[in-house]
Amino acid sequence: MVKFNRFTLDNGLRVLVHEDNTTPIAVLNILYDVGARDEDADQTGFAHLFEHLMFGGSVNIPSYDEPLQRVGGENNAFTSNDITNYYITLPAVNLETAFWLESDRMLSLAFSEKSLEVQRNVVIEEFKQRYLNQPYGDVWLKLRPMVYKKHPYQWATIGKEIKHIEDAKIEDVKAFFKKHYNPQNAIMVVGGDVKTEAIKQLSEKWFGPIPAGEKYHRNLPQEPEQHDERRSTVTAKVPLNDVYIAFQMGARLDESYYAAELISDILSRGNSSRLYRNLVKEKPLFSEVHAYMTGSLDKGMFVFEGKPLENVSIETAEAAIWEELERIKTELIPADELTKVKNKIESTMIFSEMALLDKAMNLASFELLGDADLLNHETEKYLAVTTEEIKTLSNQFFRRDNSSTLIYLAEKA
Amino acid sequence: MTIDRKTAPEFRTFDNINLIHPAHQKLDSGCNVFCFNSGDQELVRIEWIFENQRFDKNKPLLNVAVNTMLTEGTGTLTAAQIADKVDFYGAFLQVDYGYDQSQVTLYSLNKHLQHTLPVIKDILTDSIFPEKELETFIRNQQQKLQVSLQKNDFVARRAFNKALYGDSLYGLAADADSYKTLHRDDMLLHFKQMYQPSNCTIVIAGKIEPQILELITNTFNKDWVNPAEQPDISQPELRASAEHFYFIEKPEALQSAIRMGLPAINRNHPDFAALQVLNTVLGGYFGSRLMANIREDKGYTYGIGSGMSSLKYGGALFIATEVGADVCKAAVGEIEKELNLLQTELIPEDELSLVRNFLLGSLLGSLENVFSHADKFKNLYFAGLDYSYYDRYVETVKTVSAERLQELAKQYLNFNQFYKVIVGKY
Repeated sequence: MVKFNRFTLDNGLRVLVHEDNTTPIAVLNILYDVGARDEDADQTGFAHLFEHLMFGGSVNIPSYDEPLQRVGGENNAFTSNDITNYYITLPAVNLETAFWLESDRMLSLAFSEKSLEVQRNVVIEEFKQRYLNQPYGDVWLKLRPMVYKKHPYQWATIGKEIKHIEDAKIEDVKAFFKKHYNPQNAIMVVGGDVKTEAIKQLSEKWFGPIPAGEKYHRNLPQEPEQHDERRSTVTAKVPLNDVYIAFQMGARLDESYYAAELISDILSRGNSSRLYRNLVKEKPLFSEVHAYMTGSLDKGMFVFEGKPLENVSIETAEAAIWEELERIKTELIPADELTKVKNKIESTMIFSEMALLDKAMNLASFELLGDADLLNHETEKYLAVTTEEIKTLSNQFFRRDNSSTLIYLAEKA
Repeated sequence: MTIDRKTAPEFRTFDNINLIHPAHQKLDSGCNVFCFNSGDQELVRIEWIFENQRFDKNKPLLNVAVNTMLTEGTGTLTAAQIADKVDFYGAFLQVDYGYDQSQVTLYSLNKHLQHTLPVIKDILTDSIFPEKELETFIRNQQQKLQVSLQKNDFVARRAFNKALYGDSLYGLAADADSYKTLHRDDMLLHFKQMYQPSNCTIVIAGKIEPQILELITNTFNKDWVNPAEQPDISQPELRASAEHFYFIEKPEALQSAIRMGLPAINRNHPDFAALQVLNTVLGGYFGSRLMANIREDKGYTYGIGSGMSSLKYGGALFIATEVGADVCKAAVGEIEKELNLLQTELIPEDELSLVRNFLLGSLLGSLENVFSHADKFKNLYFAGLDYSYYDRYVETVKTVSAERLQELAKQYLNFNQFYKVIVGKY
């Protein structure tokens, strides 16, 4: 149970407070309701580039990091296809510094040309380091456009190509800020050794004067249901073959989300899971094989990924994954197996309460979904899933004409 | 009301941190138990930590394989049954091999501990490393190694450790053939020698009610018997290579991995804390000189940092980054510049006070929950230090002078004495 208090400023900023006096630290997490899905198709990677620019100085404060480090604080941020999230950890006694810094960059950035130029280079190096200079690093750049034909999930947060980042202009940066970075599009969570009354005062003082700005109304093309089997093969300088099979699944708020996650746990969580047990240990066909889902706010992906052993053909490997899918589609899973994955969900939820920053991020995410208190009702939703639902949903997802298969072939030297 | 947004709010520094000290008991089996009892959640983390046995260069993977395969079968449980039990009770079982110690960790809800503990007991007393599981382990590890060897930073780290530490656990750089030296008989012997109670330290953190503690100590006490022979936990002497420069060419690399540094001091040395301050200035935080110059000014990289490792028999100071292949030489030049600058010019007081505050804040920030308190303790305990270490650390961070840091820079930050590894293009 993660307790919290909640209030909204006149300008629309939603604030949640989680009091946890077992630690001497405080965290301040700000979620902006903007991600790579909100980008133009010819200007991808922009939300993430923008995240970098948020550290390039704000209207009244030339350096973001320096004053925070001076009071013993640390910070970071991440961008996903759905959101951009900024977080600070610092000694609770110095919390006001975090309010000062975060409110100033919500008020306005410095929009420095130098910062833009440098961060373009940094992000291009990030593109290379994480996506191009790693074996299999570009797989998401290839797989996303196979699964999504209309929805902007067809590009990764880093962007479609380096050129989009090179082309970013300061006017684009300003326009993006105006559109997405204002109190109405943000959720702030403060947690740790703090008191709600004090947080109210600090919020009013530092964030209260910020103009509400315009509300961004998202209107994205939704991905139509898939009714064709998609397949692609690439050859690359990688040491081993790799098989990816992606299926379209529901959005995060769909009722089916909980059963879907349990399916992925049954198939792939821990050493007792089906894929590991049957395809790595018993038969041995793969050196590793996993299933996971993206959990995105709009229609998500349910992905299988496996590296077959060197003497195993791609056809055999694929067939083995499909055999497991057929099994979960046709046979009800044993009650014990369902209890097992539910127990794991329950303990994971309790263990996650040990981590202050995780709690703050979770509260922000669930508030974005509609109500932070949903976090405290997650476990019961998982516990309510039945073996029949697992079977029904598996039949909905794991169809040939709902699949996108990407085969990564190792180039023979 | 108008507010002054240009001026930073007042802030405070602090004088001490409150660390939870453990309760200690020694079991009849010879095993030391340390308890950190705190927190609201009904759960515990239990670690069984064993000192590594002496490294044998002819069987380099023995320690890794024995530790990793502890979950792969006992006299009474198959690997599948172990996994079923752990997962069914919502627990998390981890095995980890380290440079100095190797361990088994269990995360469990207290209400399920009576079911999960016996599995650990079985693993620690009766692992049998089945031949079939060993084959699977070797095959999969060989495949994974092939992928890792395509990653420049991985290759650079191995080459660097090999150069600094030679034929030792610290310098281990296995290839596919190394796996052929693994034999079940050796593993069984290694297991019996190393995983015995007199060589084990148990660290428990979480909500430890008396009956929980009793359950744990009863399970690992009287019938956990030491064999006649004590394990040999000495290690061969570390020998750094004569060659200081290693260039591993990857003609198609978009980025080059750079790793450079030298053998340095470990936590037991009186200068360690001061050198940590110097390391932080150089590359130990986001605002560090390496980041400010090579990422934030030049844009050569997504990230660059320096770090220090503290091991039982040595330590190292190192810089690591991946930079655009076309700017690799320029980046190395900038690193050299930054090292030289720390030797020739005093660190300005403004920068130094920032780093002091940052380090104290980080120390406080690292105390997130009871697990963090246990981790702090382990750093001390396995280095043979006591809690006064952190008092001295805080004192040093607050008072070490710019002059002293310059002396340390002259001693430890000589570019010409650095071992340098570059993987990619140069």
